[in-house]
Amino acid sequence: MTRAMIEAVGLHKSFGDTHALAGLDLDATEGTILGVLGPNGAGKTTAVRVLTTLIRPDAGHATVAGIDVTKDPAAVRSRIGVAGQYAALDELLTGSENLEMVGRLYRVPAPVAKQRAAALIERFELGDAANRPVKTYSGGMRRRLDLGAALIAEPPVIFLDEPTTGLDPKGRLSMWDLIAGLARGGTTVLMTTQYLEEADRLADDIAVIDHGRVIARGTADALKRQVGGERLVVTISQESTLDPARRVLESIGEGPARVDDASRAVSVAVESHGAVLTRAIRELDAAGVHVDDIGFRRPTLDEVFLSLTGRPAEEPAEVVA
Amino acid sequence: MNAAWWIRDSWEMVVRNLIHIKRTPELLLDVTLSPIMFVLLFSLVFGGSIVIPNVDYTSFLMAGIFVQTIAFAGIYTSVLLANDLQKGMIDRFRSLPMSQSSVLTGRTITDLFRALLAVSIMWVVGLLVGFRPEGGLAASVAAIGLMLLFGFALSWVGVAAGSLVRTPEALQGIIFAVVFPLTFVSSAFVETRRMPEWLGWFADRQPMTLVIDAVRSLTLFGEPGPAAIPAVLWSLGTLVVAFPLGLWLYNRRTTQ
Repeated sequence: MTRAMIEAVGLHKSFGDTHALAGLDLDATEGTILGVLGPNGAGKTTAVRVLTTLIRPDAGHATVAGIDVTKDPAAVRSRIGVAGQYAALDELLTGSENLEMVGRLYRVPAPVAKQRAAALIERFELGDAANRPVKTYSGGMRRRLDLGAALIAEPPVIFLDEPTTGLDPKGRLSMWDLIAGLARGGTTVLMTTQYLEEADRLADDIAVIDHGRVIARGTADALKRQVGGERLVVTISQESTLDPARRVLESIGEGPARVDDASRAVSVAVESHGAVLTRAIRELDAAGVHVDDIGFRRPTLDEVFLSLTGRPAEEPAEVVA
Repeated sequence: MNAAWWIRDSWEMVVRNLIHIKRTPELLLDVTLSPIMFVLLFSLVFGGSIVIPNVDYTSFLMAGIFVQTIAFAGIYTSVLLANDLQKGMIDRFRSLPMSQSSVLTGRTITDLFRALLAVSIMWVVGLLVGFRPEGGLAASVAAIGLMLLFGFALSWVGVAAGSLVRTPEALQGIIFAVVFPLTFVSSAFVETRRMPEWLGWFADRQPMTLVIDAVRSLTLFGEPGPAAIPAVLWSLGTLVVAFPLGLWLYNRRTTQ
């Protein structure tokens, strides 16, 4: 199970003066989920379009399921399924008609396409809407049907371009279940996302990309370690005790403590769990600090991205003063 | 990609287009209601005022209305394709192991059906208001064949235009500005010899007039007339240029 199902080496692609891909390397092993993480404009969609044979790279080399994407695009297309941010569906056709047509165009025999379409509709909980035109579907239903269309030929490799962008939390959760299920079934998945939580939760392996190249690579855990180890975080009840709390934590942990006035949280890097927690509680109590919450926290992928690129992955939300 | 798959994929696209028509029948208004209106308006409004020697005006007019409608229906392929290009389905097709050109052949074949529907409706309405195709059955079939060939060629011009122009709305304007004058500066509604000399010279030589004259001669007199061969050559020539150009432009548009 170590066969590389997706492999890209040194991909370059420019649109005019914009270098969408600037030497991108990617690879994904059979049956795993590769999360391609990056902000808008990092080159995620361009990478997917090259790997799915929609556009040709200016330079570099890529294979999918062992087949060169520029030399034999038709053979690649019969082995991949694609679903994206903009559901590629026919609005006037019903859910079933969409799936069956795509199946037949994949060269799946018509009766088999019909069977599989019915099974996918069932599995993706679209039964009630199967015979309604897609234009009556909600966003979440469209995404599920779109994923169904990508799966109708049962391809070994699936590309998902921002599969949950724009979905409500419920839609996102159901999409996550479906994606996780695919990899369990042996399908190789490349998924782009700007949601760190999504990559953290689903991907076996994450490639962080920015300006068209990979700037970090590894499992979510490895990426987090790259930024720094765990921190002990203490939330205190009274703002007046922030200073003693900071002194206590600095005596226990490594380096300076970080103080967040707004949330009354004080944190410090720690090397190991050991007796740190009980010692911290004891000493904080002795210093007269009332603790609301205490625990270890590993850095989030947001922090990983910030430390790698010097800027947050997502546009910061409007701050209410 | 072998021919059998290409035919199957094209048919798949035709079926898709026919389902679209079934779900939104208003897509057929331009090839049903509009031609009926044109036949009635021109024959009733102009019929009494325009005198063409030796022939009843309605019978004269029909070839013009036929070819005008066919031309609009053909070039209208551009709008239907541009609509499709604005939606996500084309992206899906691009990622499938199907024959990519079948999207276009499916489109133009569907539009051939639309053209045939338009001609059939106009023929019947024409008969009701005085159209007398005395050329006989074989010549009428030949006339319809020529019109469909012309329309099919223009559909491919439409493929090229639809791949080139960004929005369906812009296309509507261009079609109106180009096709409309061409139908009027032709033998569609009047004799070209009554136009100013320079305009008549142009009208006599442009393809619409040639196709109209050939259709008129076939339907009314049962003979191809001098315009038939140039009309066929124009249609085939247009097809030979527009077919590869349309494929190329579509391909360029969808791989950007």
